[in-house]
Amino acid sequence: MSALMLEGRVALVTGSTRGIGWAIAEVFAAHGATVVLHGRDAAGAVTDRAAELTARHGREMLALAGDLSDPAAVRALFPPIFKQFRRLDVLVNNAGILVDGLLGMISDADATRTLNVNTLAPILATQEAARMMSRRNAGSIINVSSIIGRVGNEGQAVYAASKAAVLGLTYAAAKELAPRGIRVNAIAPGFIETEMVRQLPPAKYAERLQGVKMGRMGTAADVANTALFLASDLSSYVTGQVIGVDGGMLV
Amino acid sequence: MTLQEKLETAFAAGLGLPDTTDFASLEYRKIPEWDSVAHMQLVMEIENTFDIMLPTEDVLGLSSFPIALDIVARHVSADA
Repeated sequence: MSALMLEGRVALVTGSTRGIGWAIAEVFAAHGATVVLHGRDAAGAVTDRAAELTARHGREMLALAGDLSDPAAVRALFPPIFKQFRRLDVLVNNAGILVDGLLGMISDADATRTLNVNTLAPILATQEAARMMSRRNAGSIINVSSIIGRVGNEGQAVYAASKAAVLGLTYAAAKELAPRGIRVNAIAPGFIETEMVRQLPPAKYAERLQGVKMGRMGTAADVANTALFLASDLSSYVTGQVIGVDGGMLV
Repeated sequence: MTLQEKLETAFAAGLGLPDTTDFASLEYRKIPEWDSVAHMQLVMEIENTFDIMLPTEDVLGLSSFPIALDIVARHVSADA
């Protein structure tokens, strides 16, 4: 196996302009992949990020934009990839949104948008990606779920439901796509250092940290390295699994 | 080889049909060889044969050989 675990492969990472998605794009590119980056807005971040990785690695990365709450925008990601590369080896369904809301105070609009971005978009993207991957009888689809999708959390019923649904998608797609050589797995990050977590009140932060057996917050790189494992041939016999990247929160 | 002949070859490969099949009369789910599982194999054969990527609405709408011929002709001419 090449020291570069994704050499020659094309990987689409949704929501890859910052946080976990950007960390995944960085590690994939460092391991030889041509990364298709995705961001919500056409101008700015995603183009800059693609240019940054292109300059760093000397390979032309592709930047795509689209609001994934719109199913047409999800489907629109794939024709440009086909046109430019004629292949897709890895899909990471990472883009997600979190809108807190106690039961009784959840608006239809927030619920619909959360489910569209966090659940429907991965379903549609998996469908499109599987067709491209089937041509080579190989591929890896990685769904970024959440520990909240496994155990729930107060004030996050919609988010929990949306991320639990992603696990159901993972199991079903793994079964359906295994005969075509396509593996489907999920990552369930726990308490990961992101912009959102940094805004938590100190007491809330301390309470969350207390639940982490390893005694530290996870980093985006912790999640990205797990994605690298699942994308590469190191996990060639692994499908239909959920890997918690949570420092022992669920042990 | 004409576009129709290439499509017949793709149908034969995708659905496991003999070359002597009356392709023009083929309809989705009207023969045991063309079920939902075989449909995805057929779509893959068509996409590979013509080096195109069909949008989902065409995958779902591809319900007979004549319709497939129209769909493929549209995409091949669009890419030309």
